[in-house]
Amino acid sequence: MPTYSLKVNGQVRAVDVAADTPLLWALRDNLELVGTKFGCGAGFCGACTIHVNGVPTRSCQLPVSTVVGMEITTIEGLDPAGTHALQKSWCDLDVPQCGYCQAGQIMTAAALLKNNPHPTDEEIDGAMAGNLCRCCTYLRIRAAIKDAAGAAKGAAR
Amino acid sequence: MSLPTLTRRDFIRVTAIAGGGFALGYYFRGLDALADAVPLDNTARVFTPNAFIRITPDGVVTIIAKNPEVGQGIKTSLPMIVAEELEVDFSKVKIEQAALDPQLGPQFAGGSLSTPMNYDALRRAGAVARTMLVEAAAQTWGVQASECFAEAGTVIHRPTGRRLTYGELATKAATLPVPDEKTVKLKGTDDFKLLGSRVGGVDNPLIVTGQPLFGLDQKVPGMRYAVYEKCPVFGGKAVSANLDRIKALPGVRDAFILAGDTDYSGLLSGVAIVADSTWAAFSARRQLRVVWNEGAGAAQSSESLAAQAESLAAKEGRVLRNDGDVAAALGAAATKVEATYFYPYISHATLEPQNCTAIPTKDGGMDILAPTQTPGGAQEIAAKTLNLSKEKIKVRFTRIGGGFGRRLSNDYVAEAAAIAAQIKAPVKLTWSREDDLRHDFYRPMAWHHLTGAVDASGGLVAWHDHFVTVGLNSEANPGASAGIGAGEFPGRFVPNFRLEQSILNTNIPTGYLRAPGSNGIAFAMQGFIDELAHAAGKDPLEFRLALLGPDRQVPGAGAHDPAYDTLRMKGVLRLAAEKAGWGKSLPRGSGQGIAFHFSHQGYIAEVAEVSVAQDGTLRVHAVTVAVDVGPIMNLSGAENQAQGSVLDGLSGAWLQEITIDHGRVVQGNFNDYPLLRITDAPPKVDVHFIQSKNPPTGMGEPALPPLPPALCNAIFAATGKRIRTLPLTKNDLRWS
Repeated sequence: MPTYSLKVNGQVRAVDVAADTPLLWALRDNLELVGTKFGCGAGFCGACTIHVNGVPTRSCQLPVSTVVGMEITTIEGLDPAGTHALQKSWCDLDVPQCGYCQAGQIMTAAALLKNNPHPTDEEIDGAMAGNLCRCCTYLRIRAAIKDAAGAAKGAAR
Repeated sequence: MSLPTLTRRDFIRVTAIAGGGFALGYYFRGLDALADAVPLDNTARVFTPNAFIRITPDGVVTIIAKNPEVGQGIKTSLPMIVAEELEVDFSKVKIEQAALDPQLGPQFAGGSLSTPMNYDALRRAGAVARTMLVEAAAQTWGVQASECFAEAGTVIHRPTGRRLTYGELATKAATLPVPDEKTVKLKGTDDFKLLGSRVGGVDNPLIVTGQPLFGLDQKVPGMRYAVYEKCPVFGGKAVSANLDRIKALPGVRDAFILAGDTDYSGLLSGVAIVADSTWAAFSARRQLRVVWNEGAGAAQSSESLAAQAESLAAKEGRVLRNDGDVAAALGAAATKVEATYFYPYISHATLEPQNCTAIPTKDGGMDILAPTQTPGGAQEIAAKTLNLSKEKIKVRFTRIGGGFGRRLSNDYVAEAAAIAAQIKAPVKLTWSREDDLRHDFYRPMAWHHLTGAVDASGGLVAWHDHFVTVGLNSEANPGASAGIGAGEFPGRFVPNFRLEQSILNTNIPTGYLRAPGSNGIAFAMQGFIDELAHAAGKDPLEFRLALLGPDRQVPGAGAHDPAYDTLRMKGVLRLAAEKAGWGKSLPRGSGQGIAFHFSHQGYIAEVAEVSVAQDGTLRVHAVTVAVDVGPIMNLSGAENQAQGSVLDGLSGAWLQEITIDHGRVVQGNFNDYPLLRITDAPPKVDVHFIQSKNPPTGMGEPALPPLPPALCNAIFAATGKRIRTLPLTKNDLRWS
């Protein structure tokens, strides 16, 4: 099997996998980064969302061979201390129910706030529309994104 | 709102310890607690007055979370009950997920029963420990225990202000006799500080940083990865497969047919592929060709079943309840209404697909590590599948990526156990999304053929429901959760009432989906009540209040049917109406709908406010929820459950349907089985609790059933279109 050198969360990691292996499974099975979740395997649910060069991307649809040399960020690497404003807001507002989709939700929200630090309600819904939550925690997801955006605003002053 | 969190150091330490590799999966914080349990010196003792509490001399308080966490918040709320009586700072307590352990009593997540079944026992467990710690302090100081009290992990001598921490008292407390839990003094509920407050989920810091928690996150040494393909037609058998070709594919270790059984909840016939990685197994499966003996089920389709249901409806059904004389009352009534309501099969669609890790043990047993709502059931089915005694099966359960009743069944446990036994190595079985949607235990479909009548004064005087439901290979008995109770509302409240049941024979497995039975029945009952209210020219709220009648306890329809407290139901109805501004003037195309339902001992009423554009586009603007489940344990968790149930009800009623073609489930993934998206979630779901002094009951389910009828009644108010068939997407909502 070919070896691919991946740049994940700032570290270069080698994986020996078939060329068509989705990044999702290389992360989970080979690199033991299991925060990125398998929900549908078809790009419909968003549970596997990671950042590739800063862009939120479905890792279940992304062959490993196509991301060599790119900056890959997973939920484990979103913030070195695990204290990204969104992670804090998610805890403060007790967003998770089962929690399975939340890593994907946070990764999508983090990309949103990076590009648009103070999104409107419509912009939040638009950005988050591809991330399903079976427990339907959507109200608190909206609130937590606003909370994190507010915290970022406070910190900037 | 500030909520307690684990320190990051806590879970780094867990990961580090778990990295050592005992085959326990690496999510158990119990390992951390074990490290803490090492005595500080030879004389120090760990205080373990019962199976729920452990206090070490270094002051670490550990509380055992006994039941499976499916997102209902039980890993937080049950330990809160212990902590309240124990008098400890909850933010400093370590919560340890239990394994299956007979010492802990029944361990399952179902029926919204965890709170009512454990509230008293867990309070007593905490009170026993507190009593012993107070006694240990009193003996240390040579004073009366009555002069001492406990607060935030310390015992204080009231007259002198002397203090000893629980850690300092642990060694001495460990030597004291354990008092009878029935005699210990419980706190007054008015003195509760923790229960009823808002506490964040204890796993939240791990969830938001992507730590291994769920079933699919488990990895054990030497583990293989498996998939299991079953016949797309329920009950079909694998005859042969291109196993040699599959075994030659890269990364594949083995492929074989398992004969299986006929028990849908156990091991069904299928083909296993075992590989070195999940992807190798998934990839190989795409090349798999199986010859199936599909059996008679292949003749079934949604259309053929509907046709059979229609012919059943034309005949008389089995009478489940018959009060007064319905035929006479319908004949004499001022106004009569007839309607047929239908709701379809729907799937649980937990976001974490079914999975299980099975680990053969040296003594010929099997360790099971699974996201299961019924670890005891997992033990039983694994034992049965492997023909072993239950003692040979150890079950540990992970955090669960959504349950909703799906994981009350342990079919995936049977499959993983059988595959691990065959290859004699640990294996993690992973279902695809398609496996999950096509091999579920579905919320049963049903038809309600309803006739009702109101008298000249607008009162409901007659009700006839011919309930046509589904059986599993039976015309005599409804399938799991496909029945109806003889006391189902408005039975017991209408003088002339008749409930008949007919059963459609299918081979499609049904099961318990969040608020089973109620999640469909309430749509039909509360929708038809709305129709009768309008036929009577009455306000839908006033009509319902009149139907509930005077304040009283209406006895159940049998020994196991609970009494119905009309005062509690009218209380939530009035509260929901008041908070929603019921009756306010809205433009055409906008409307409010109201509904209530009693299930799982919970009294819930909801008001939905919607608008429907002339092109049929639906928007849900607000849902107001009023709840009486007695005292609330965790206000944040209870609100989460109410909001989640409401949106779950919206998702199902609006979007979802499982259909059958040639015996196969048509839908396979979220493109054709949609879940509600954030864009369709209402801006607000306001939740109001009446914290009555009644015994506390569960919040995981009862807020779902009122939503579909409240929604459909609101659509009627907005458009004049009565929704009698779900999902909503099958209805034309356009108006002009």
